[in-house]
Amino acid sequence: MAWETVIGLEIHSQLNTKSKIFSGASTEYGAEPNTQACAVDLGLPGVLPVLNKEAVNMALRFGLAVNAKINQRSIFARKNYFYPDLPKGYQISQFEIPIVGKGAIGISTKEGGAKMVGITRAHLEEDAGKSIHDLYEDYSAIDLNRAGTPLLEIVSEPDMRSAREAVAYAKKIHALVQYIGICDGNMQEGSFRCDANVSIRKKDTEELGTRTELKNINSFKFLEKAINIEIERQQDILEDGDTVVQETRLYDAEKDETRSMRTKEEANDYRYFPDPDLLPVDIENELLTEIKNSLPELPTEKKNRFVSEFGLSDYDAENLTAQKPLADYYEAMLNDGAEAKVSANWVMGELSAALNKNQIDVQDSPISAKELSELVKRIGDDTISGKIAKDVFKAMWEGNGRVDDIIQNQGLKQMTDVGAIEGIIDGIIANNSEQVEQFKAGNTKLLGYFVGQVMKVTQGKANPKQVNQILNDKLS
Amino acid sequence: MSLNKEQVKEIAQLAKLSISDSEIEQSTIELNNILSLMAELGEIETDHVEPMSHPLDMSQRLREDVVSEADLSEEFQEIAPKTGKRHFLVPTVIE
Amino acid sequence: MHTLSVAELSKSLKNKEFSSVELTQHYLDRISHSDLNAFITVTDDLALSQARAADAKLANGSGSVLTGIPFAHKDIFCTKGVKTSAGSKILDPFISPYDATVSHKLNIENLVMLGKTNCDEFAMGSSNENSFYGPVKNPWNKTMVPGGSSGGSAAAVAGRLTPFATGTDTGGSIRQPSSLCGITGIKPTYGRVSRYGMIAYASSLDQAGPLTQTAEDAALVLNAIAGFDEKDSTSALRDVPDYTKTLRDSIKGLKIGIPKEFFSEGLDSSVEKVITESIKEFETMGAKLQEISLPNSAYAIPTYYIVAPCECSSNLSRLDGVRYGYRCEDPKNMDDLYLRSRSEGFGDEVKRRIMIGTYALSAGYYDAYYLKAQKVRQLISEDFKKAFQNVDIIMGPVSPTTAFELGAIKDPVSMYLADIYTLSANLAGLPGMSIPAGFSNNLPVGLQMIGNYWSEEVLLNAAHQFQTQTDWHSVLPENI
Repeated sequence: MAWETVIGLEIHSQLNTKSKIFSGASTEYGAEPNTQACAVDLGLPGVLPVLNKEAVNMALRFGLAVNAKINQRSIFARKNYFYPDLPKGYQISQFEIPIVGKGAIGISTKEGGAKMVGITRAHLEEDAGKSIHDLYEDYSAIDLNRAGTPLLEIVSEPDMRSAREAVAYAKKIHALVQYIGICDGNMQEGSFRCDANVSIRKKDTEELGTRTELKNINSFKFLEKAINIEIERQQDILEDGDTVVQETRLYDAEKDETRSMRTKEEANDYRYFPDPDLLPVDIENELLTEIKNSLPELPTEKKNRFVSEFGLSDYDAENLTAQKPLADYYEAMLNDGAEAKVSANWVMGELSAALNKNQIDVQDSPISAKELSELVKRIGDDTISGKIAKDVFKAMWEGNGRVDDIIQNQGLKQMTDVGAIEGIIDGIIANNSEQVEQFKAGNTKLLGYFVGQVMKVTQGKANPKQVNQILNDKLS
Repeated sequence: MSLNKEQVKEIAQLAKLSISDSEIEQSTIELNNILSLMAELGEIETDHVEPMSHPLDMSQRLREDVVSEADLSEEFQEIAPKTGKRHFLVPTVIE
Repeated sequence: MHTLSVAELSKSLKNKEFSSVELTQHYLDRISHSDLNAFITVTDDLALSQARAADAKLANGSGSVLTGIPFAHKDIFCTKGVKTSAGSKILDPFISPYDATVSHKLNIENLVMLGKTNCDEFAMGSSNENSFYGPVKNPWNKTMVPGGSSGGSAAAVAGRLTPFATGTDTGGSIRQPSSLCGITGIKPTYGRVSRYGMIAYASSLDQAGPLTQTAEDAALVLNAIAGFDEKDSTSALRDVPDYTKTLRDSIKGLKIGIPKEFFSEGLDSSVEKVITESIKEFETMGAKLQEISLPNSAYAIPTYYIVAPCECSSNLSRLDGVRYGYRCEDPKNMDDLYLRSRSEGFGDEVKRRIMIGTYALSAGYYDAYYLKAQKVRQLISEDFKKAFQNVDIIMGPVSPTTAFELGAIKDPVSMYLADIYTLSANLAGLPGMSIPAGFSNNLPVGLQMIGNYWSEEVLLNAAHQFQTQTDWHSVLPENI
């Protein structure tokens, strides 16, 4: 039977404010347990929440970036449930009227092409603390440093039809929140978390199947895997004539499986109601205008500009703009005078490969944009060949100095002295009379052989263009 | 609307209160008495009335994004029923 | 000394007739000999050290009008380093690590905290019988309740164990015990006094205020505790007038509205007589009386007993035995910890309200209960808005009866019905006051005055003028 997959994502994006959403405690990651949990975060009796202005502004930045409807009056509500790392016994969230309403964002995949994915809503809420289960025998340990960290929960429409599309969407949102400076996007530290709602239905039917919610996914790779595993699992169930149970399933990366998380017989009844400690959040038109004007160039805009301004291909421009830091790096190179297409190749080629291999963010690259642009310029002005440049790049990566010093110290400068190259070529012609004759007899393929000989003698430093020209002159 | 004993048990579980079997009868009666007080609200026509969550018509005030809280974790841990090294401890939670 | 009002004590302290230490010791002695059970915690050492600090300030002339005045906090205000129990077993182990804004404001004026007063558990009750620390006795008749939930505060003031006390009023918890104990109490407009550090019962209804001997004292204390607080999102960003300035203004021409619904069946006839006579006194003083109608006020009880339990069911979820407060012995697992800590820690009335609130918010019932109540709440407050287009102040009884016997009302619903006249001011967020208006069978009767939003000075002015013409407020219980 032909099945169609339907996926919606709920993305929890930690907003990078300095202080928490409802208290003045720090949000910095990695502090000693509970040292950043103040009276409000702990939910001591009598404490009250006061909303962080920056968290609101960040939510608005997101809403405006996806052309969403902004609810100029939004309401905070309490979501009631008991869990040891939820200090108040309720989470302050938004329910009926979230700050960001309907919007959309474009994605593209090789299989599915370009499409728009609807954003149902994005609402502000507070993060919970953390329970640690392997620290003490017989006890779970509660660390409330994370409690109260502002989250923007971005809920998509069930518009994605494959794991690939889901990943493309998640990556797009991931890039966007970093572009507009509201989230550091660090998935390892949990700053950007994806839950996937997955269901399948018979192809060409309208009605949605029963969905499961996949949690605990902390990389794009796992997102794709978890969804695909879940699709298979649901297909097996339905093809056996059974029914899918609506439930939350945990993705286990080690076992590469999903498993049921809530075995509680009781259904969750969160008893949402407007939080009486917080008043309606009213957004003035002036603030919206101000925030709209302060938005940076968004990924799609930047991509289009890269195509028109730098003559890049769609593909290259898309790749370069997927991550703002990479795009910034690239533009810094160009501002420094490096050629656009060669720079693009180096950024996406050698640089990205080295960063990936060493798991380093481009911001922390040992080779700065300025240094890489110098390297590209030395190729452009014939100081070194592209091939030698790769050796220079390696030396730079290893911290052996700046471009010109490396070229100087290792004697890598390209030979451009015509007389010297002619001398070497004369010697080679003299020593290879047989090949010269064959060449002259019409075997022009042998030119490569002669070039190789020249490079061997010059240790690759001869300018390939000059070598070719002189060889052609001398052999014809 | 009136509650039966099963519902009372469910509500208690939701509220994390335990009601023993000997108490359930009395609880159910009391809760139903209280709920019968509420029945008269049904008489009132409220179709076009805005619900009132707050006595005052005010907007939420926003605070500047400034870290203002010092680390008082030692004082807070002192009043906790059970702590480990800087952690609050509870019986192992199985996920 | 203990028969003096705050205003009088303030003058005596300034004139060095006695020191704050002497005054404090006098009250501490009175408390230690009292059998009213008005206090949960008496902070002797702290009080004396605060009194010494106050005396130093008074000596160099840097004190304020309240410096050196002893007082007691309802045990629902967080006080740093002092047990703050809210009258509950679940917070019996809780030593607050911080000060409520109200506590802080009184501290910076160098007042002297004698201790923490008894109250109904989490302020839920109208008789002070719902306290883990036992019931409080009414100083006018020790077999009677003092009212609630600020029963300890009211009894302490009436019994002259403290010059004044703080209280909180969610559905009448300042006004009703003030009425039953024959003292003056004011619940300000919602948002006038910060709720930060006041243990929440129902957040959209709770408001703090003073319980005092006189309206003048209430003005003095309100001056100190009112005002915007950046820690409370629901506190109003507006100036606070000096409430003592307008006390002496004439009330000639003051338009008093008498809601006919406040004089319906259920009102004890001798209470009604006292109320009617006291309102006539205002007429004698030049006020104009006018009958008004608050048609939806009859629905205040069901509305309140949905809204308040809903909010409290959520507010009290933080009492889970994890980070502070009572934890049951040897919990077997997390659910056991929750269930036993909460069931052993909370009293019956609190559990009942949590249950009602949990049910009223649950899926399928939200619209019929919570949403409906929020709509009726709107109607109730619209009634007041209309009324205040024509009148300056509304007057009526605080409570349908005088103080009743300890243990007399066992049925929760009957107890709720006693709140009929006080609830609507909370639902609307309006300021309300109770002042001594006379006696019925040797028990005090309080007159309720409800003002328009932010019109505390109108209430205090009217109350003070009444107290210049009458002496109900200075009649003392026997043996004081």
